[in-house]
Amino acid sequence: MTTIDLLVYITVGAPLLGFIINGLFGRYLGKLPGWIATLMLAVSATSGGYLAYQALFNHLHVSKDIYTWVSVGNLHIPVGYLIDPLTGVMLFVVTFVSLWIHLYSIGYMEHDKGYWRYFAYLNMFVFFMLLLVLGNNFLMTFVGWEGVGLASYLLIGFWYFNDAPRQAGMKAFVVNRIGDAGFLLGMFLIFTLFGSLKYEEVFNAVLQNKEVMALFIALAGVLFFVAATGKSAQIPLYVWLPDAMEGPTPVSALIHAATMVTAGVYLVARASAIYSSVVDVPVVFGLSAPLLVALVGALTAFFAASMALVNNDLKRILAFSTVSQLGYMFAAAGMLGYAAAVFHLYTHAFFKALLFLTAGSVMHAMHDVLDIQRMGGLWKKLPWTGLFMLIGGLALAAIPPFSGFFSKDEILVAVEKNPLIFWLLVVTALMTAFYTFRMFFMVFLGKPRDQHLYEHAHESPPIMLIPMGILAIGAIVAGFVGIGGENSLWAKMLHGTFVFPEHAAHGEHSSFPMIAGLTAGVVGIALAYLMYVLFWPSVPVLMARIFKPIYVVLYNRYWVDEIYDALIVKPLYGISRWILFVGVDRVLIDGTVNALAWVSYGFGAFFRKLQTGNVRTYAVWLLLGALVLIGVLAL
Amino acid sequence: MLSLVIFFPLVAAIPLFFFRPEWRRTYWVYGTFVTLLELLFSIALLMGFDFSRAAEFQFVERYVFFGLQNAPYYVGIDGLALILILLTTFLTFLGIVSSYNYIKEKVQAYVITMLLLETAMIGVFASLNVIQFFIFWEAQLIPMFVLIALWGHENRVYAAFKFLIYTAVGSVPMLAAIIWIYLNYGTFDYPTLLQTLPKAAVDIQKLLFLAFSVGFMIKVPMFPFHTWLPDAHVEAPTAGSVILAGILLKMGTFGFLRYSLPLFPDGFEAYRGLIAILAIIGIIYGGLMAWVQSDMKKLVAYSSVAHMGFAMLGIASGNPIGIQGAVLVMISHGLTTGALFFLVGMLYERRHTRLIRDYSGIANRVPNLSTFFVFMALASIGLPGLSGFVGEFLTMIGAYRANPVWGYLAVPGVVVAAIYMLSLVKRVVFGKLDPESAKMPDVSFREALILVSLAIFVIWIGVYPMPFLNFTDKVAGILVNLLH
Repeated sequence: MTTIDLLVYITVGAPLLGFIINGLFGRYLGKLPGWIATLMLAVSATSGGYLAYQALFNHLHVSKDIYTWVSVGNLHIPVGYLIDPLTGVMLFVVTFVSLWIHLYSIGYMEHDKGYWRYFAYLNMFVFFMLLLVLGNNFLMTFVGWEGVGLASYLLIGFWYFNDAPRQAGMKAFVVNRIGDAGFLLGMFLIFTLFGSLKYEEVFNAVLQNKEVMALFIALAGVLFFVAATGKSAQIPLYVWLPDAMEGPTPVSALIHAATMVTAGVYLVARASAIYSSVVDVPVVFGLSAPLLVALVGALTAFFAASMALVNNDLKRILAFSTVSQLGYMFAAAGMLGYAAAVFHLYTHAFFKALLFLTAGSVMHAMHDVLDIQRMGGLWKKLPWTGLFMLIGGLALAAIPPFSGFFSKDEILVAVEKNPLIFWLLVVTALMTAFYTFRMFFMVFLGKPRDQHLYEHAHESPPIMLIPMGILAIGAIVAGFVGIGGENSLWAKMLHGTFVFPEHAAHGEHSSFPMIAGLTAGVVGIALAYLMYVLFWPSVPVLMARIFKPIYVVLYNRYWVDEIYDALIVKPLYGISRWILFVGVDRVLIDGTVNALAWVSYGFGAFFRKLQTGNVRTYAVWLLLGALVLIGVLAL
Repeated sequence: MLSLVIFFPLVAAIPLFFFRPEWRRTYWVYGTFVTLLELLFSIALLMGFDFSRAAEFQFVERYVFFGLQNAPYYVGIDGLALILILLTTFLTFLGIVSSYNYIKEKVQAYVITMLLLETAMIGVFASLNVIQFFIFWEAQLIPMFVLIALWGHENRVYAAFKFLIYTAVGSVPMLAAIIWIYLNYGTFDYPTLLQTLPKAAVDIQKLLFLAFSVGFMIKVPMFPFHTWLPDAHVEAPTAGSVILAGILLKMGTFGFLRYSLPLFPDGFEAYRGLIAILAIIGIIYGGLMAWVQSDMKKLVAYSSVAHMGFAMLGIASGNPIGIQGAVLVMISHGLTTGALFFLVGMLYERRHTRLIRDYSGIANRVPNLSTFFVFMALASIGLPGLSGFVGEFLTMIGAYRANPVWGYLAVPGVVVAAIYMLSLVKRVVFGKLDPESAKMPDVSFREALILVSLAIFVIWIGVYPMPFLNFTDKVAGILVNLLH
């Protein structure tokens, strides 16, 4: 066993151990489970951080099989790990952000009855997330993929005794399963084409066969993107994420903002060989697979941001924002800006986790009220939380020198070639800045709108403030590695990780995207300031009245949930219940069976009349039967 | 040795006739002891089994009785039979252990019936003589019929007869085919027939394939022959349901792998597409049916239709991946569906209702039982890392290789599975605690033992399935060679 093996085992094993200990004995351990789980994460983050460092700065690149999971016919699937710069980034993000959110949770969940259960699930989540990013083949990634889905399901439904969480948990799992079906089909196709599911073998084979098998490779790209739209909440499967906010807020920060939902982006970036090979191959509606990814991403970014504009629920605003930001990442990845996509994934993990944690802190202070219309003026009561939300908000609005500025700029540069996507994202940037600061101003500035709540508000304890502080520092400095465009530290670290088409054009790094993005951000914030600080509430009310149709549509989130329910869920249930179950099963099949039974019963009754009921007759029949049987056997 | 495993339960049942009816505890102790011993015997088989020759029949015994030269007593097992015998002895043992509180009347008859059933089931898997196989196949009907008819619920007579008639009707063509084969080939010996029958003309093979397979299709059960299953399950006592789902259904898929496919490869080739389509309909249709049920046992019963659809799809794919996946689906289904029937039985013992709407939020009251419930539900719907996934994945990938369209049609089954199973969990386990459930006790030590022993295998298969795949890798290889 090499040192690297050992470090991988420790990184993955520590959260698993924490899950087992807390899962089996947590209920007897009082307040210990939180500390056990956090300790395990500290161990995991240390060794995982070291591995990430090696991968990013010392070019550590290993793919190693540990044991054979399945070997059947020509299907050989190992359990093994792959460490390269992409894994390095994910390892660092996952373990680092998880660690601080674990610590925060000790304070946040202190009085919850399910304290031990919460930490067991949280450790389980990290375990599966690490499988997802460390696996050296599609199947292991899939194991982690569904495993994090399980953790997400359990944590969304954490307060299972209430109705909304149990509904939301199930919705998340089922919608994700639709995406997972795409993942499965993608794997089947890849295996059928190349006889392997190992990343290195598959991607080499893709590059060698990209002319002959172009259409199939493109189809695989589409199927894996279907999977990504589930896990990473893109159109048309994004609907589970806003509901997922029923879970505890640190869970929203960790799973539904920083890590799990980025798995789809990871998958697309990991499969860059697939997407880059089929840039010119139209598959769906005449679009190539990468262009489809980019368009869906950009549309999702725009669409989700528009719903965040008018929402009044603190966590839902952030949820729509997450959907929207994930859309940015896909837009970049689809335009072959993999490094930019992963860069945004990395900065987003810090500032969005931070924003959720500050939201949790606000909820803590406001007795779980989420309606921003009942807040206001909280800066005086929660100065640290306010400061941290301001930092996170500036990063999200992409204002320099905060981290989001650098990564969003990289994305806009990556998509500049396509005017539609570019302008969609620029307008989205404006909306992003607007809804972010609408939220911030409504919560922290102005006058308290609910005096009673306001008076009872109190700042969170240090155990919650410290993790927010760390993430706030991250939200400020994380972007600096991207300074310098193609010569930046980020570009050097990820050099050679992604595959590009041979004739990829290296466009000039013009400053236009930066100017456009920055303008959008500043204008958005300014608009929010005008509407929600200077002229509140007259202008917002006036605007809602003038643009009433648009406002109603946005406020009701385009009725997408209702449409899905009316067009898919209800008809499917109705058909199953009335046509299939009652019609086919009961009437058609059972009816036929029962009818046959009655007919034969009738025949039987008829023949019985012919018979005497005499015992001797039966004896004769019995004898005849026996004779026939013996005759047959004796032949 | 093999005969000992087959007939030990039968022989051990004889002294029970002389027990006095009031010795209720003794019956359970005796039954537990016998089935445990039987489990150990079957493990001895496993120990003595040579895995390097897993496709050949081992522990072969062949005796001629009553001068019937052409119909000897002939048994032997390969890897496929062995793993199914192990599953049988394991589930029968758990079935007896689980029945202490559930069965309150006619305990003597109950234990005897279970033991007879065990012999019949093992006999089915171990027979190498076609008519002897048929006798065990029919013999197994009677104890199962008795289990449903004597210890069943309200509608037990209808269900028992439906079960009996459906299965009996299915076996008539099989008997005819067996007699025809004997008249034309002069032997019942399976190994001999394996050499000669595949060379028969295609049309004959097609007919014989159909004659054998109708009975197997009913047993599996495949759409549209499945409607006996929900009724039988709902009426059967817990252990009856466990055995029914865990073992009896596997006799159908086993029949395909042992008889229909290798004896009539051209017939199989001809009907493969039809079987695959029926299997896919079973997957989707069974899942949708499970979704709309209001009775927990019916829900699990319909989910069996879906799971066995995956097994049949794997067999229809006709490649080693699909076939081995099918065997793994069979094993995993035995464990997880067995566990779900145990769990539903535990709830029934406590509340005397199986209706989903009578339960809500039991996690508030019985967290351990709920944890097992959610765990087994997830294992059943194929969560990676647990047993259900491996088989489903292999059968689907095998099907995709055989015909990509089958893959695309079957995959929605995993979404439907999540819908029906999670909606069951959502309604029963989660939510506000219903007042009637507020006094339920959590799992007892004995119940926990049953569930944990199943859970160990569920995790083992999910994380490291190779030891289980090794039972059938050579068998699958031979089957596939027969097809080409």
